[in-house]
Amino acid sequence: MITLKVNGKQLNVDVDPATPLLWVLRESLGLTGTKYGCGMAQCGACTVHLNGEAIRSCVKRVADATGKEITTIEGLSTDLSHPLQKAWIEIDVPQCGYCQSGQIMSAAVLLAENSAPTDTDIDEAMTGNICRCGTYPRIRRAIHRAAEIKGGRNEGRAE
Amino acid sequence: MSAPAVVRHEINRRDFLKTGVAVGGGLLISLYLPELALASGESNAGTTTAPAAPFAPNAFIRIGTDDIITVIVNKSEMGQGVYTSLPMLAAEELEADWSKVRFEPAPVDPAYAHPVFKIQMTGGSTSTASEWERFRKAGATARVMLISAAAKNWNVDPQSLKAENSFVIHAASGRRASFGSLAETAAGIEPPKDVPLKDPKDYKLIGKPTRRLDTPSKINGSAQFGLDVQIPGMFTAVVARAPVFGGKVVSFNADKARAVPGVKDVVQVPSGVAVIASGFWPAKLGRDKLEVKWDDGPNASLSSVGMREQYSKLAQSPGLVAKKIGDPAKALAGAAKTVTAEFEVPYLAHATMEPLNCVVDLRADSCEIWSGTQFQTIDAAAAASVAGLKPAQVKIHTTMLGGGFGRRANPASDFIVEAVHVAKAAKVPVKVVWTREDDMHGGYYRPMWYDRMVAGVDAGGNPVAWTHTIVGQSIMQGTAFEAFIKNGIDDASVEGAADLLYGIPNLQVDLHTPKIGVPVLWWRSVGHSHNGFAVEAFFDEVAHAGGKDPYELRRTLLANQPRMRGVLDLVAEKGNWGKPLPAGRGRGIATHFSFDSYVGQVAEVSVDKDGMPHVHRVVCAVDCGRVINPDSVKAQMEGGIVFGLTAALKDAITLEGGRVQQRNFHDYPMLRINEAPEIEVHIVTSNEAPTGVGEPGVPPVAPAVANAIFAATGKRIRRLPIGRVELG
Repeated sequence: MITLKVNGKQLNVDVDPATPLLWVLRESLGLTGTKYGCGMAQCGACTVHLNGEAIRSCVKRVADATGKEITTIEGLSTDLSHPLQKAWIEIDVPQCGYCQSGQIMSAAVLLAENSAPTDTDIDEAMTGNICRCGTYPRIRRAIHRAAEIKGGRNEGRAE
Repeated sequence: MSAPAVVRHEINRRDFLKTGVAVGGGLLISLYLPELALASGESNAGTTTAPAAPFAPNAFIRIGTDDIITVIVNKSEMGQGVYTSLPMLAAEELEADWSKVRFEPAPVDPAYAHPVFKIQMTGGSTSTASEWERFRKAGATARVMLISAAAKNWNVDPQSLKAENSFVIHAASGRRASFGSLAETAAGIEPPKDVPLKDPKDYKLIGKPTRRLDTPSKINGSAQFGLDVQIPGMFTAVVARAPVFGGKVVSFNADKARAVPGVKDVVQVPSGVAVIASGFWPAKLGRDKLEVKWDDGPNASLSSVGMREQYSKLAQSPGLVAKKIGDPAKALAGAAKTVTAEFEVPYLAHATMEPLNCVVDLRADSCEIWSGTQFQTIDAAAAASVAGLKPAQVKIHTTMLGGGFGRRANPASDFIVEAVHVAKAAKVPVKVVWTREDDMHGGYYRPMWYDRMVAGVDAGGNPVAWTHTIVGQSIMQGTAFEAFIKNGIDDASVEGAADLLYGIPNLQVDLHTPKIGVPVLWWRSVGHSHNGFAVEAFFDEVAHAGGKDPYELRRTLLANQPRMRGVLDLVAEKGNWGKPLPAGRGRGIATHFSFDSYVGQVAEVSVDKDGMPHVHRVVCAVDCGRVINPDSVKAQMEGGIVFGLTAALKDAITLEGGRVQQRNFHDYPMLRINEAPEIEVHIVTSNEAPTGVGEPGVPPVAPAVANAIFAATGKRIRRLPIGRVELG
């Protein structure tokens, strides 16, 4: 039995310790917001936070995630109130939406560490996340916008 | 060539779709008859009427006593924004409070069939064009019935009432009733036979940038894609498929696979060997341990290098003539100067972010399917055939699609059929999951193409002759759509080439269709994806050969194409055509007509000292008729440009010894955010009927970039992907 702390809750799972965290989140815990895209840390669809770091859960053994704080897209906020979620709605970023959980989780770490990221900062933090629909220009705008919202500058409309 | 020719061509294709039933033979063609696809009287549409929503005036709208308006959308949401744009159409005519509008995916039912194609499907950039009238009428019908209900309740003349913001209002008395409060009465009103539609000048929603209804669910993890579906008692299956297309299992040993904890069963299916387990990971580990002996079949020696030789040889002589105007041979012989160039593009995988998958719950008398599909009617019939059931016993739940781009509209229903086989053999509910590698190796690629083009210009540099020989596989050959191939010409092979808008007096487009054992399929913009490149990159060469500015020459030859000329002028202006650029940068221009829409793009590109191209900026102009949601049109152009850039710069599916050589995103890379250009989209205001937007943004970008590279370096790009430009 493996104990995980996910989105603030202690949970027990009965899986092979070598199972990638991604599949434990999705199949054992029903947290399907974290996506499978490549299985080899190439696309970023499976990005979650491990002790505040953005990691690719498709290549992280579940055993290596015990004792650490895991945050998934479901735990980012309960009411779409995270500045990134507000900005994502305002700018209507997603198309198919499949990669967006991973995009937001990568951006959330960037924003936590850097309250006013430049385009170069965004490139560095977000290059590991593929979007096949090509929402990159909007992701960039939305991260800048989220930084504004977070800084209390021009809160704007975000229903 | 001319506009009427283009229109005729479109009508022929569509008429053919309509008449496919009558002229075609065989099972799949018969699926065009919706009543065969779903047995008569067994409509699923009724089940969408929940008790809380008493008013369901038609298959598309439901209004609850809580004032919530649910629009049932018969198109699959794969990113194109159809769960927002189609509800906007209904809401406009309904006079709905937009904040009360919700979407719901339609079940499979003849009521939801494509009005032209007669099957339930999403594709061809047709969702808005084909549903434009039906969804507005659905909304207008509901509005008339709600007004009649209020008139009945208040005993007043319906003419004295109006609907506004989800209320029916009697101005004379100041009475107001919400749609929800009228829902029960409205349910008893006879639906009107015909309803008037609004004057476009009164539109409140149509034409206004509107936020997508599905965004909240896509940013909190709640949107359900096929891969997210969990049903009681479900197992996960991963399938070992033949390493060569058309290969078969000779024998297999599953002892080691069965020993993996969590593996429940190993079964053989027509496509390979399926490992069924408690979850993805044990299923995948089990598959890794399978020992399968394959018979590679007839395709074991296929190689991209060999095919390229074959195609290049074929291109040296004309194929079947798809289009001929004037006497191109004579005109070429008399030309002051001729230009010859050969263009080539590789197989491409759709590489949707969500790999293929399908959930099947097969029972003695039913087959329930959850999947992100674009081809519901075809899939339901194919599933029924495998299951030994009637199509009406198959129920498909359309989930969100993590990208489609055509891959999820397969005439062979490959990922659905296989999953039903697995469920049948395993006798448990299963989710078949394709790994990224499975998806990449799964075939149904954009065909590889080879184009040989010759043009002649007169002494003044004006093009007088244009010939285009196309070599590549037919998408429709061997499918239920084969009946569309007329006189040996698959329209999907020559679209964007045979319907050239430029006024060139002598023209020939001809086609060779080699039969190759690699499954091919429509890939975002289909034939336009290669013809757009070949035609527009070659046009640039012809312009330069005649000493003409490529923009000015296009302008001249589009004299009888006012809409394309409008787009061209707009994109040239916004793209600063002819204005100075930073050192090292070049500008390229391209236009393309596809899916009844006109698109022009200007790309700004530099090439670094290592030969790597950098696309800095793409300016796009589009005329897609009347626009429903301008923000969605912009998003589709942005997405089309990025999609087209990935193909232009990076990707190829290649074969060696019959085996696909690419596996995952490390060797089939996608454009990433640091490589994405600044994109600017300008929409032409139009009162024409709405046309496609999902695909038309793709074709112009590769030639715009190729032409910009020439402007920056003097090097011509005739082969995609560009990769590294050979400098020096």
